[in-house]
Amino acid sequence: MIGAGGAGLRAAVAATERGLSVGVVTKSLLGKAHTVMAEGGIAASLGNVDPEDGWQTHFKDTMKSGKFINNWRMAEIFAKEAPDRVYELEQWGALFNRTPEGKISQRPFGAHTYRRLCHVGDRTGLELIRTMQEKVLATDTKVYMETTVTRLFQNDEGRVVGALAYTRETGKFIHFKAKAVVMATGGWGRIFKVTSNSWEGTGDGVMLAYHAGAELVDMEMMQFHPTGMVWPPGVRGLLVTEGVRGEGGLLKNSEGDRYMGNYDEERMELSSRDVVARANYTEVKEGRGSPHGGVYLDITHLGYDKIIQKLPTMHEQFLKLADIDISKEPMEVFPTVHYTMGGIKIDPETAASNVPGLFAAGEVAGGLHGANRLGGNSLSDLLVFGRRAGEGAAEYVKSNGYSTDIPESAVEEEKKRMLDPLQKQGEGENPYHLQQELQEVMMEHANLMRTGDSLKEGLGKVLALKDRLPNMKASGSTLFNPGWHAVQDVNNLVTISEVILRTALERTERRGAQWRLDFDGPDDDLGRVNFIVKEDAQGEVGIEKRDIPPMPEHLRRLFDENQDMSGGEKTGKESQF
Amino acid sequence: MSDRTNITDIAEMAHAPAYNDDAANTGETRTLQIFRGDGEGGSLVPYEIELIEGMVVLDAVLKIQAEQAGDLAVRWNCKAAHCGSCSAEINGKPKLLCKSRVEEYDGQEIKVMPLQAFPVVKDLVSDVSWNYGVSAQIQPFNPGKEQAPFTMYEEDVERLYEPKKCIECFMCQDVCHVLRTHHKHPEFAGPRFFVRTQWLEMHPMDENNRLQFLKEGRGGVQYCNITKCCSEVCPVDIHITDNSIIPLKERVADEYYDPAKWLMRKIRGNRRNGSANGNGGTRASHKRAEIRTNG
Amino acid sequence: MAQSDAARSTTQVLNRLPWWTGPITVTTVLIGFGIYVTASLFLFDRSEYENYLSPFYSPPVGFPEWLPTWLTPAVFVLWIPLGFRATCYYYRKAYYRSFFWDPPACSSKAQQREPRSPENYRGETALFVLNNIHRYFLYGSLIVLVFLWYDTALAFLPQGSFGISLGSIIFLINVSLISAYTLSCHSLRHLIGGQVDCYSCVTGGNARRKAYNWLSVLNRQHALWAWLSLFSLLITDIYVRLLLAGAITDLRIL
Ligand SMILES: Cc1cc2nc3c(=O)[nH]c(=O)nc-3n(C[C@H](O)[C@H](O)[C@H](O)COP(=O)(O)OP(=O)(O)OC[C@H]3O[C@@H](n4cnc5c(N)ncnc54)[C@H](O)[C@@H]3O)c2cc1C
Ligand code: SF4
Ligand code: SF4
Ligand code: FES
Ligand code: FES
Repeated sequence: MIGAGGAGLRAAVAATERGLSVGVVTKSLLGKAHTVMAEGGIAASLGNVDPEDGWQTHFKDTMKSGKFINNWRMAEIFAKEAPDRVYELEQWGALFNRTPEGKISQRPFGAHTYRRLCHVGDRTGLELIRTMQEKVLATDTKVYMETTVTRLFQNDEGRVVGALAYTRETGKFIHFKAKAVVMATGGWGRIFKVTSNSWEGTGDGVMLAYHAGAELVDMEMMQFHPTGMVWPPGVRGLLVTEGVRGEGGLLKNSEGDRYMGNYDEERMELSSRDVVARANYTEVKEGRGSPHGGVYLDITHLGYDKIIQKLPTMHEQFLKLADIDISKEPMEVFPTVHYTMGGIKIDPETAASNVPGLFAAGEVAGGLHGANRLGGNSLSDLLVFGRRAGEGAAEYVKSNGYSTDIPESAVEEEKKRMLDPLQKQGEGENPYHLQQELQEVMMEHANLMRTGDSLKEGLGKVLALKDRLPNMKASGSTLFNPGWHAVQDVNNLVTISEVILRTALERTERRGAQWRLDFDGPDDDLGRVNFIVKEDAQGEVGIEKRDIPPMPEHLRRLFDENQDMSGGEKTGKESQF
Repeated sequence: MSDRTNITDIAEMAHAPAYNDDAANTGETRTLQIFRGDGEGGSLVPYEIELIEGMVVLDAVLKIQAEQAGDLAVRWNCKAAHCGSCSAEINGKPKLLCKSRVEEYDGQEIKVMPLQAFPVVKDLVSDVSWNYGVSAQIQPFNPGKEQAPFTMYEEDVERLYEPKKCIECFMCQDVCHVLRTHHKHPEFAGPRFFVRTQWLEMHPMDENNRLQFLKEGRGGVQYCNITKCCSEVCPVDIHITDNSIIPLKERVADEYYDPAKWLMRKIRGNRRNGSANGNGGTRASHKRAEIRTNG
Repeated sequence: MAQSDAARSTTQVLNRLPWWTGPITVTTVLIGFGIYVTASLFLFDRSEYENYLSPFYSPPVGFPEWLPTWLTPAVFVLWIPLGFRATCYYYRKAYYRSFFWDPPACSSKAQQREPRSPENYRGETALFVLNNIHRYFLYGSLIVLVFLWYDTALAFLPQGSFGISLGSIIFLINVSLISAYTLSCHSLRHLIGGQVDCYSCVTGGNARRKAYNWLSVLNRQHALWAWLSLFSLLITDIYVRLLLAGAITDLRIL
């Protein structure tokens, strides 16, 4: 398993239960992956608070929010299995807030029809990852902490048979021989300057898979979370949980207007993330922003006691880091890059990619969320498809016999590639600076609202950066050397950026997270396709437009006759841009 | 809405608003002394940086890393005090670097060192893997034959939320003198794991008994002399000593040091888990009729 | 919790004091208290002034003739509150830190001064394992507490009818603080609810849970109650002795 977020750990448990010998590799310490930062909750239609809820509604909400380019089979499996995965967590010791009847309590969240998010205060992700971590520690699974995978090895048939990694604490390389690899490495928010992701969010997994020949899907879809912190600069991009709006937070501009009515009259602040993000963006762009370039999110009406009870982490975070007492003053917020809907294309049943022996789950996999992810759907995604990936891999290993040996030369070659930046003489590029430059380019050209010209200009800049990659140089040794590590990250980030820009150029419409200003509204034809990316024979980005198979009757029936299934949403001011 | 300047130029609209970061430059500089070295030894090296409004020590360290010392080793992930990666010692006290503002140290030196209770790997990074080994030795949650979904009431579990908040920053482990000064690593689990054992022991569905682990096994709770350094440093305000360690010590006393309880157990002949006097049934083991009143 | 600026700056000042100020202060106060208690034990045999009984001597027990006269009746009762305090989780912290320097404070500099070498550090595994009898001192102290309330009631009944004077108010404050201290005891908290895993599974669970929650609130300030009640004891005893010595007269309010 590569990755020790919720997805990687769940996969490890599944594979271990099937009698496999499992190793989990993670770039950080155990329990520090992005999953730990998730606050809001985990979406599953238990129907504890709203008994009308069921998998059908959850499925519908997920598809609608994904603007119907999601893989409907994934969404169906997901909505059906999520409740079991939540109960399973409880079985393993997770503790959620309770209803008066002693069941798991559920809270409302943006664009979920019913109250559906199982939560514990505002630290649900912590509960999830700690439970999984303790579960894994109680098995024989071997965990390799602070170990970064840099390449997948394939045998002559193209099967994935292992990986090369290096451990930070020792600076030594490890060659893992594995009959199957599950990729669960999370997203790639760090191509943007303002992001809620940590240094880990460099999309290693998606690039490892890409170079191994895997197909990627929906890469143009980057989720901007509407509310990230803006001030002081050190905390910019840090997430302000959607829970604030869930608990009644109001968005206001510098003129004191509660402007969400102009964008989505019905759902107001609790509209889907793409809509709220664009609203915030537009307000600031049109000159109604706060001095630090954000809008105001006001929760003061809740009162100190309620805030401390419901949003303790947020209260503390603002007080400590921004000197703002959110029970007295509004917060300043602006959209921040948060999640990557796209990723490795997988088979819904087994989570297998098109490369034999390579599986994927969690944020690194694409397809479930389509054009826009619903809040809380990620945590359940991790568990549902993490488990399937683990079982899929176990099944695959049991039914296939082959050697995991590869020529020593391949290993040596990869080591040499890795060590190169450390051995370079003379002047070289500083990887941190290259990363910063890339982030600025992406902020400028691939932001929330995009145009063809700007995307093209951005692509030019990224390609120019690509040419400079070989010049990167790091000082010091292989022992816990972040500079050296950054060199590897930048290589990945630049390629991902290129993929994103190219696919964004292809999707000439407005759909969910992809908002092309130079086109009006959604395009029905594009609503029936996904863009599939695959490295071509020359090592360039190959893009294929692939039709989405039609939804089977039993799912189609769930939607109203007169439901607009094109995924378009034209409300109020939105249509202008 | 009439007086609003709606932008009609789409090229302009696609251009993300720029942040005015100059406003944050204080024009001042600040010197940080940072430990550079490895397990063999090292020294504090001064670095001067421009001070930016609201800067935390982690920002400063990352700035130094990007501009002056590319190979400066430091751990971090969330930058928001959620993940517990960035623990280090500032002026001899364990702190989350992402939560410590540079301004807090106005008029003082800032000396940043790695955690001292564990072997230093490099610069600000210590090898904390020992902790995961200890964690693996604690009997995991075991609800017996019960199957989720459980019926558990808020009243029964409300006190478990506190120990569950732990972000595993291991600062309590670092500051605990039993580990830092007396190196009892082989016989003492440390405050972090008393916190974990406490919620496990108090969980209404759990059937395992970890008192022997605490008293005679590798838990070593009696090495703790309740001097509360751990409680002082916990970044998520877990009252480690008062709410985890002392309650566990009381349970150990029930089991091992209380003659009356011992006698009662002899007479009744039951040694139930969790609470030694057979008084606090777990929901799983005591499927009694529910006696519950609202509160 | 939101801190006011004033509170924040006091914390800052406190943080900047050298690490040894804490342990030294505690040592001084505790030694001072010890000297006072010993002295009063052996020097005075009278402890009652009209309707006031010094809390050190409560409950009053007969003093057998055969005992050496340099002892006072207090020896029969005083061991209970003293033992209670000596084995109290909070005082343990205080004396481990200040008398034994185990550790004197939490900074790495302070911990380097710990006198015991790693081989000699036994924590509460060796001699101090005795502290586990704390709960029995608690049971004793709860009985003593009843007598203290009785004494306080008497303090409001000068010459058999109700009256308030400075002395009775001091008695009331003292007994309230001692109650707060005793009720906030960790062992009591354990007895009431800490040992129960599932309130809704046991008879009377809900009442126990409420009591537990209430004691927990009180328990959060256990250290404060420990100090305040120590001082109030001292003040009450001194007050009675001053009355006995005729140095002051009781101020009658009502
Ligand atoms: C601030 C924040 C709040 C969020 N809130 C919510 C919420 O309320 N509800 C919700 O449903 N979702 C939420 N999300 C999204 C959700 O947390 C993530 O999408 C999810 O945790 C991703 O899990 P994962 O297992 O796929 O990957 P991650 O948790 O990101 O884990 C990736 C793992 O892969 C490892 N890894 C990466 N690259 C390599 C490599 N090259 N070699 C070895 N290991 C590698 C990493 O070390 C890490 O262990 C939030 C996300 C963030 C950032
Ligand atoms: S209270 Fe106990 S566990 Fe905590 S620091 Fe002190 S000795 Fe260590
Ligand atoms: S108990 Fe507190 S100090 Fe200890 S590891 Fe957990 S969060 Fe950190
Ligand atoms: S970086 Fe996560 S706690 Fe500091
Ligand atoms: S703990 Fe202090 S009196 Fe019992």
